[in-house]
Amino acid sequence: MERHEYDVVVIGAGGAGLRAAIEARQQGKRTAIICKSLFGKAHTVMAEGGAAAAMGNVNSDDNWMVHFRDTMRGGKFLNNWRMAELHAKEAPDRVWELEAWGALFDRTKDGKISQRNFGGHEYPRLAHVGDRTGLEMIRTLQQRVVALQQEDFAVHGDYEAYIKVFAECTVTRLLKDDGAISGAFAYWRETGKFIVFDAPAVVLATGGIGKSYVVTSNSWEYTGDGHALALLAGAQLINMEFIQFHPTGMVWPPSVRGILVTESVRGDGGVLRNSLGERFMFNYVPDVFKDKYATSEEEGDRWYTDQANNRRPPELLPRDEVARAINAEVKAGRGSPQGGVFLDVSSRLPAAEIIKRLPSMHHQFKELADVDITKEPMQVGPTCHYIMGGVEVDADTGAASVPGLFAAGEVSGGMHGSNRLGGNSLSDLLVFGRRAGAGASQYVDGLTRRPAVTGVEEAMAEAVAPLERGGGENPYELHHELQRTMNELVGIIRKAGEVGDALDVVEKLKERAHNTASTGGKIYNPGWHLALDLRNMLLVSECVAKAALIREESRGGHTRDDYPGMSPDWRRKLLVCSAPPDGSEVTVVEKEQPSMRDDLITLFDRGELSKYVTEDELAEYDAALAAKKRES
Amino acid sequence: MGYKAKFRVWRGEGGDGKLEDFTVEVNEGEVVLDVIHRLQATQAPDLAVRWNCKAGKCGSCSMEINGKPRLGCMTRMSTFEEADTITVTPMRTFPVIKDLVCDVSFNYQKAREIPSFTPPADVRPGEYRMQQIDVERSQEFRKCIECFMCNNVCHVIRDHEENKTNFAGPRFLMRIAELDMHPYDVADRKDAAQEEHGLGYCNITKCCTEVCPEHIKITDNALIPMKERVVDRKYDPLVWLGNKIFRR
Amino acid sequence: MTQTTAESPARKQRAQLKVRTLRTDRWWLAPALTFAGLMAFLIYGFWATFDASYFVEPYIAPFSSPCLATSCPEGARFLGLAPFGDWYGLPPGLLILGLPAGFRVTCYYYRKSYYRSFWLSPPACSVAEPHKKYTGETRLPLIIQNVHRYFFYGAIVIGAILSYDAILALIHKPAGLGTWILLVNAALIVAYTLSCHSCRHITAGRLNHFSKHPLRYRAWTFVSKLNAKHQPLAWASMFSVMIADFYVRLVAKGVITFPFA
Repeated sequence: MERHEYDVVVIGAGGAGLRAAIEARQQGKRTAIICKSLFGKAHTVMAEGGAAAAMGNVNSDDNWMVHFRDTMRGGKFLNNWRMAELHAKEAPDRVWELEAWGALFDRTKDGKISQRNFGGHEYPRLAHVGDRTGLEMIRTLQQRVVALQQEDFAVHGDYEAYIKVFAECTVTRLLKDDGAISGAFAYWRETGKFIVFDAPAVVLATGGIGKSYVVTSNSWEYTGDGHALALLAGAQLINMEFIQFHPTGMVWPPSVRGILVTESVRGDGGVLRNSLGERFMFNYVPDVFKDKYATSEEEGDRWYTDQANNRRPPELLPRDEVARAINAEVKAGRGSPQGGVFLDVSSRLPAAEIIKRLPSMHHQFKELADVDITKEPMQVGPTCHYIMGGVEVDADTGAASVPGLFAAGEVSGGMHGSNRLGGNSLSDLLVFGRRAGAGASQYVDGLTRRPAVTGVEEAMAEAVAPLERGGGENPYELHHELQRTMNELVGIIRKAGEVGDALDVVEKLKERAHNTASTGGKIYNPGWHLALDLRNMLLVSECVAKAALIREESRGGHTRDDYPGMSPDWRRKLLVCSAPPDGSEVTVVEKEQPSMRDDLITLFDRGELSKYVTEDELAEYDAALAAKKRES
Repeated sequence: MGYKAKFRVWRGEGGDGKLEDFTVEVNEGEVVLDVIHRLQATQAPDLAVRWNCKAGKCGSCSMEINGKPRLGCMTRMSTFEEADTITVTPMRTFPVIKDLVCDVSFNYQKAREIPSFTPPADVRPGEYRMQQIDVERSQEFRKCIECFMCNNVCHVIRDHEENKTNFAGPRFLMRIAELDMHPYDVADRKDAAQEEHGLGYCNITKCCTEVCPEHIKITDNALIPMKERVVDRKYDPLVWLGNKIFRR
Repeated sequence: MTQTTAESPARKQRAQLKVRTLRTDRWWLAPALTFAGLMAFLIYGFWATFDASYFVEPYIAPFSSPCLATSCPEGARFLGLAPFGDWYGLPPGLLILGLPAGFRVTCYYYRKSYYRSFWLSPPACSVAEPHKKYTGETRLPLIIQNVHRYFFYGAIVIGAILSYDAILALIHKPAGLGTWILLVNAALIVAYTLSCHSCRHITAGRLNHFSKHPLRYRAWTFVSKLNAKHQPLAWASMFSVMIADFYVRLVAKGVITFPFA
C-alpha cells in the first residue's frame, strides 16, 4: 500500500487548507495537502462578495473594534469572542499578504485595496475583485503553493520536497495512536487504491455540509467529511444547529436551484420585492436592529450615496433575517411565479454599471436561466449555504480536543456564533488557516516521539465494504432521501415534531447505509465514492437535527417555530456533539460559554447588550465598565 | 415538458473505449451535466465525470459536446433539437482516466514551470499602491477558472502530442502575460515566453478565445500583446540597434 | 500534480476516437468563405497590378497610389515626384504594393484567416489539421511574421497617401461619386491600420503603468476599441479598396461615364 510520511497533513485545499499548508511549509514542516477535487477547484472559488478586513481604506473610521462588534452582533453574541477578536485584528494583514503573493484586488482612487459594503458590516469593508473574490483568493494561494514548490526545487531539486498536493484523494479515517493523531487513511479517486499518511498533525479544512440538503449553494464535495472525521476521532462539534440559509439563491431552472446570487447585488443597490411590487424588507426589521436601518425607501436609497447621514436599507440586514423574511413572503402567497421573490437591480442601475459591478452574476443568469439582469428582475429564494457549527477548537491555535488534530475554516466552529456575516468567511479562512498551520507546526515541534500508525486494516475494510457487497441499496437513492428530509424537516424553520421525524428517518437511513452496494470497479467510481460519503453526511445530519431539537429558542441560523424568541439564558449555552469511533450514536451535551473579556465586552453599549444577555451578565458588564472608567 | 433524449457517451478506462448509446429523460431548464448525472443515478452508476460547482465557476466539468469543448454545466439542453443525438466525449488532448475524466496533470506541470509573481524586495505587504487602470488587464486574465479547454482545443498540442514538452498552452502563456503586465512584477519573462514556453508555436488561430467560458480575450489581450512584447526584445532591429548604441 | 505516484496506472493514452472531428455543425463553412474571399482579392490584385488604366483626373486607383514611376501621367504622380528614374519600366503599382500587401500578410487577423482557410492549421476549432508536424512561428520562414510593426509604419504612410488622394479628389470634384468612394475607402483603410495589434502595442500596450502616461493610455483605449473590430475592418477595407480601385479603372476606361462619376 502506498505510504507517505509527513509532519503536517492538511485535508482540504480551499482557502483555509491552503493557507494552513503554506504556513506549515513556511515553518519548515513537510506538508501534504489532500483534496477531493483537482487542485484549485475547491468551494472557495464560489465566494463572490469579498473578504472582510477593517483596513479603513474607504472609510477611515473603520477599525478592528468596529469589525469585532459587527461580527458579534451578526452572530447574536454566541460567537467565540476570542476568535472574533483575533479575526478582526488579523484580517487586514492576511489580505495584504495575499497582495504580496500576487492577488489583484479592485483599487480605490488612491491606489489602495477598494472595499465594499455588505450586510451587517457598518462600514465598507470587503476587499474584493468584482464578484469573483473567492476565485482570486484560491488562485493566489494556489500560486503561492507553487511559488514555495519552486523555492524547494531550486534548493532540493524536487518540487515536492516540502509541500505536495494529493489531488482527487479522499480521506476516510483519521488514524490514532494512544489517543493522539498519527495519520490519515485515504483512497485515490482516480484508481481506487488506498494510501496511508503517517503524520503526527492533521489540519481539517474540509468546509461544510451543504450536500445534506437539496437546495444548496454547495458543491458535491460538501459532505461534512471533516466534521465526521473529527467526531469519529473523538473530537467535539459545537453549534451544529446553526446553518446559514443564504437569502438569495437561484430558484429556476430546477437544475441550478440553490446556486448563489451574491449579496453584492443588494450591496450595490438591488432591492427585494414581492409579487405585489412591495419592498417588503421594511416590514421585517427586528427590534434589535430598529435604529440601525432605514425606515423609508427614500432614506434607504439615499444611503447608497450618503452613508454618513442615512441608515442602510433593510435589504442589507444579516442573512438570517433576510432569508426568514423571504420565506415568510413566499409562504404568505406573495412569491414570484417560480417560488421565490424578485431581486431587482435592473431598475436601479444603468446596464453598463451592472455589467461592470456584477459581471459574473450577469453571466450566470444569462447562461443558466436565460435572464438578462440588466433588463428584468431575478427570482431568488433561500438556499443552504454555510454551517456555523463545527469542530470545537482553541481560538489561538485551531487545536481540537484530540492531540494533533486541528481545524480551520467552515469545518471549525465558534467564530461566527449563530450566524456568519457575509465576507467574514474569506477572512476567517485566512486568519485561522494560518493559525491552524502554525498551531500544527508548534505541536509537531513539541513532540518527543512520532506516534505510530494504527487501525489501517479496519479503515480499509470499511472503505471496500460497499464494493464487496453484491446487491444492496443504491447510494444515490439514500442520498436523495436524506437531502429531502433535511431540507423539509430541518430547514429554515424548525418544529420539534418535524425535527423528531427527521431523526427517525436519519436513524433508518443509517441502517440502510450499512447495506449500500456500488457496482463497477474501483477506478473513478462515483457510486462508490458517494456510498463512502454517506456515512459522513448521515453523521453530520444527526448532529444538526439533535442539536436543533435541544435548542429551544430562535437565534441566527436556527429558527424554531415553537420557540420564536431569542433567550438570554440559551445565549450562554453551547451544544456539544460527540460520538463513539463507530459513529453509532451522537450524544449532545450543554456547555457554558465563557464570559467575554472585560475590555471586549465594554466595547458595546449597555442598551444593545441588554437585548442579548442575562441580568447577571449585565451586572458583570457594569462592574467592568466602572473599572475601566476608574483606570482612565 | 420532459422528453427522451438520445445521448452517445464515451465509456472506457484509459484510451480504450467506445461511444455508448443511452436514452434519457430531459426536463425543462436542464444542462448537459444534469443529464449525465441522471445517467449516473439511473443507468450507469459508475459513469465517471468531474464536476464541482455547477455554476460555471470552478472549471471542472470540461468535456466535448458534439465535438466542441464545453463546460457540461453551462451547456443548456434547450440549445439542441429534441431529435438530436448528443455526443459527449472527454477532452481530446489529455489522456483519459475513465469515461469523461481526463488526466490533466500536464497543466499543473506547466503551471509549475512558470516563475511566480516576483515583487520588488523593498515593498512590504500593505504598501502596495496600484491604480485600477493598471491592474485591469491582468485582472481579466485572473478570471480564468482553469477549465483547461483552451489548452485542450489548441491544435499545437491537440494535433501534435510531441509539442507538449515545448509549449505551455494558451492558459499558461496567458499567465505569463498576466505577470508581465502586473505593475509590481520585476521578473523578466519575455525571453522565456518565447524560448521555454513556446509562444512562437501560437499561430493565433484563436480557438482558445472561442472556447473560453469566461469570455477572456486570450488571443487579442494576452497572447498577441505578449508576442509584441517579445518582438520588442528579440525581433525589433531598431530596438536592438538602440540598445547597442545607447546602453553601452 | 495529480497522481505522480509510482502506482498510478500508466495508461497515458488519449481517447481513441478515430474520427477527425465530432462536430456536427457546418464548421467548414467559415474557412471556405474565407478562402473564397481571400482568393478573390488575390486574383483581383494580380489583375489590377498589371492593368494600365489606373488614373483619370482627379482619381487615382488605390492599388497604384502613390504613383512614383516616370511612366505615371503628370497628374497622377504623388507630389509630382518620379524618384525612380527612367530605367523602371514595370507597372508603377509594383513599386509600392509590397507595403500594404506585407501589412496584410503579417497582420494578426489575416494570419489567423489564412492559417485556417489555406493551410488548414487548423481548419476550424477541434477539427484535426492534416499536417504531421507543426512548428508554428518558431522558425523560418514564419518567424518573419514578427516584423509586422514595420509594415504597420509603412501602412500608416500608405493610409495617409490614400487620404491625401481622396482629399485632392474632393477639392477638384466634390460632387463625384468616385470622390466619395475614395473617401470611404481611405477612412476604412486608416481605421483598419490604426486598429492593428502592433499599433495597440506601440501606443501604450507595452507599458505596465498606464496611470503614469495618461495621454498614451487614452490613445490605447481608443485603439483598443478599434482593435476589437480588427476583423470586420480587415474585410471591410479589403472590399472597399477593391471596389474603389475597380471603380476608378472603370471610369478611366470610359465604361462608367455618367456626369457625376
